[in-house]
Order: sequence, then C-alpha cells, then structure tokens
Amino acid sequence: MKTKMSPNEYEKFIKDKMPKPKLLSNAIKAFIVGGLICDVGQFITNWLKGMGLNQEQVSAGTAIIMVFLGAFFTGLGLYDKLGKFAGAGSIVPITGFSNSIVSPAMEFKREGFVFGVGARMFVIAGPVLVYGISTSVLVGIIYFLFFI
Amino acid sequence: MAQKRLGKQTIKLSNPPSMLSAAAVVGPKEGEGPLSQYFDMIQKDDYFGQDSWEKAESKFVEEAVKRAISKSGVSITAIDYMLAGDLLNQIISSSFAARTLQIPFLGVYGACSTMAESLSIGSMIIDGGYADHVICATSSHFSSAERQYRFPLEQGVQRPPFAQWTVTGSGATVLSSTGNGPYITCITTGKVIDFGIKDANNMGAAMAPAAVDTLTAHFKETGRAPGYYDLIVTGDLATIGKEITLELLQKEGLDLKNNYNDCGCMIFDNEKQDTHSGGSGCGCSASVLNGYLYNMLKHGELKRLLFVATGALLSPTSAWQGESIPCIAHAVAIETTLSEVQ
Repeated sequence: MKTKMSPNEYEKFIKDKMPKPKLLSNAIKAFIVGGLICDVGQFITNWLKGMGLNQEQVSAGTAIIMVFLGAFFTGLGLYDKLGKFAGAGSIVPITGFSNSIVSPAMEFKREGFVFGVGARMFVIAGPVLVYGISTSVLVGIIYFLFFI
Repeated sequence: MAQKRLGKQTIKLSNPPSMLSAAAVVGPKEGEGPLSQYFDMIQKDDYFGQDSWEKAESKFVEEAVKRAISKSGVSITAIDYMLAGDLLNQIISSSFAARTLQIPFLGVYGACSTMAESLSIGSMIIDGGYADHVICATSSHFSSAERQYRFPLEQGVQRPPFAQWTVTGSGATVLSSTGNGPYITCITTGKVIDFGIKDANNMGAAMAPAAVDTLTAHFKETGRAPGYYDLIVTGDLATIGKEITLELLQKEGLDLKNNYNDCGCMIFDNEKQDTHSGGSGCGCSASVLNGYLYNMLKHGELKRLLFVATGALLSPTSAWQGESIPCIAHAVAIETTLSEVQ
C-alpha cells in the first residue's frame, strides 16, 4: 500500500465518514426519562413523608426503594432496554448505579459466587465508589482544616 | 524464491484444493437477517441447550463442523486436520469442540480473519501433500464476546452509531485434495497494519487499512485486475469500514465500486435489526462464506470470488492500556474452474 498516514491524518480522513450521534434527540430522551425517574423518587419521598417519617429517614428510604427498583428491573431484563433508549437519563440516577452492580453480578454468576458474583460485582461501580469515597474524604479534610 | 510463491505475500497453489462442502450454523438474530435461507441451521436458542455462553459457542463450532463433514460424504475419521480458532481467551470454543470431535487439531488465531487464515493454512497443508481432507472452522457469539470485550448484557448503555454487532454463529469448510471445486487458487497473507485507531468500538475504521494493504498486494503480486473477480468481499468492516476501504483503494488506483461488498453489510438488515454499522466477529465472514457465498459458487452464480477476512488483533488488556488496534486481513481466491494454465 502506497498510502501512508499518521494516526492524526487518518483520524481526519475518517472523520466525515463517521455517523454523528444524534445529540439533540439523545438529550431530549435522556431529559424525559431521567426526569421521570426523579419523579418516581419524588413520589416515594412524598409518600414516606406522608407516613410521618423524618427527613433523614425519608432520604434513606427513598434511596433504598430506588436502588431496589433499579435492581428489580435489571433482573427482569428491562433496564438495559431503557438504557438503550435513554442513555445518560437512566445511567445518572441512583437506579443506574444499581443497574451497574446487578448486571455484572448476573453476568458472572456462571463463574461461581466467589470468583464470579463476588469478584466481578463492582467492575463498573467500583471506580465510582473509589473516587466518590476518596473525594468525600478529601473534602472532609479540607473542611476540617479550614472551617472548624 | 520458493516455486509456488508469486511475491512477498502471495502464493499460488499448484494443486488447488477443492472446497468439498461447507456449513454455517447461526443464532436467532442472524436467522432473521436477509441471508437466512442460506444457513444450514438456525439455532433459535442462543444458549444452544448449554449453561454458559462459552459452551454454547463451542456447540456452534461442533455443529458446523459435523454438518460440513456429513455434507462432504467423507467419514470424520478421514479428516486429517481440524484448523480452527475464535475470539474467546485461549480459543476455548474451538479447542473444546475439538475435544469432542477427536480430529487432529491445530488452533489458529487471527481474530475475525480466522476463517481466511484457517483456509490459507489448510490449503497449504493439502497442496504440500500432507493431508487429503482438512476441516477449517471458526465461530463467534454475541454474548460471549460482549462479556469478554465490553459490558454485561443487562447493563443499560447506549452503543455509538458506528458500533458493530457480533455475529452468533460458526462456519466450517471441508477442503479436499480431490473434488470438482470450487477451488482455492491463490492466497495472500496479510501484514499487521495499524493506523492508530484506539476506539474498540470503531473496528471498521481500524481494519479498513489492513484490508486495503492486502488487496493492493494481492492485485500487484497476482497481476490480476479487480475486474477479474465477480465479487470481492471483506470480512466485517461494516458500512463505515466499507466506505473507508473503497476510498483508500481509490487512492491506490484501484476501483472496486462494482464488485465489492462486505460480509458485515450482508448478514443483517441494519435498519430493521438495529445493528448500527453492521455485523462483526469471526462468525460473520465464516457464516456468510460457508452459507451464502458457497451456495452462489456451487450454483455457478459466482465464478471467481476473492474472500478477504479482516481481524482486529486487540485484547481487552491492550485496549485498557490505551494501545492502538493492530489489524490484519488475509485474502483467499476461490474459483469454480481452473481456467488459467497451471
């Protein structure tokens, strides 16, 4: 082959041949589905409040129920279909976090409960936890040093 | 230079082996595609009665090999070698199938180019006089590939519009030292080419330069023009890779617009089946060749075919380490008559 291209040149060459992601329609779908999931959360919050729980109990209760719903619909094989339609709209809410833990647990069950479910459950959620917890520790130290 | 070599990459077989029979066994989605009528078996259950995707894929290989051998009329004990490979770590689909089949086994790996690689080596073994019958096979499975290379099946993620869909299926060919064709006449072995693509979702663009490199070498070393062939097919470049390939070929002064297609564009109806850019995986080119194309050759609707299977030689580890994707393509010329002076 005579054609020689550097990675940058090739990237440029193929750029106009790549289909563009439909940003606007993806954003609208994500907005609607993400919004609806949050509506469900708000509905649960109001319901728990109506049952006479205090703010802390309501927040914990809502998170528990939403995580359960995410796991439940993953188990039914429906959450991936929702995710395909909604993209970030169903990944960002807490139900998406639940999906990212339950889906590898289901996928790797065949490798057993130790090396499969146990070891692989957090392959996707793991980094979120590591950096989420690390950041919270960092913020805590800064708060302790400068604000107390 | 060795007598049978035409050039740096191309050989000409002096006793061209015959493709005695071929079989393609595919999964349910492939069975709903435009080529469904050409497959030997459409397995409705993509678990194939097994309890893991890996075992299922192995079962696809076993079934394709058994069907190809039974169609050839040759007894399984008369098969001298089985050459096979697949995408799973340590090519377990193939070696586990070979455990059941008990045919002397040589495992090969060329990622999605494995069908052309096994046909190449199988033809050389027969032409060299070391075997009378060789079975060449490969496979891929959507679910086993997803869990090895990408995300768990139930993970709610969106695929980019240029992503490809791994074909669930296996194809097998019985090559024989005797027979009435179609014959394997020339083989061009590819070099590993890397134009620096790092996105493992963008296989078509990564593999296109490898296909172009092998095609230009093939035409240069055989002295054949693209018009010599009724059809030139690449393995699994899909719509985007196909377009890039055509344009790169034009830069090389080769016009393939009238007789070029890609198996990844043929196996699915991208619009209806939501397969984005098209099919991929070892099973893509293998099932299209051993199902549809073999049928066309047998019925004389194709007389000269250039089969160029393409493979991306990445691993999940290399992708995580940020390496670019090295790619390869092997070309196998298949002709129904031996018109040229041997």
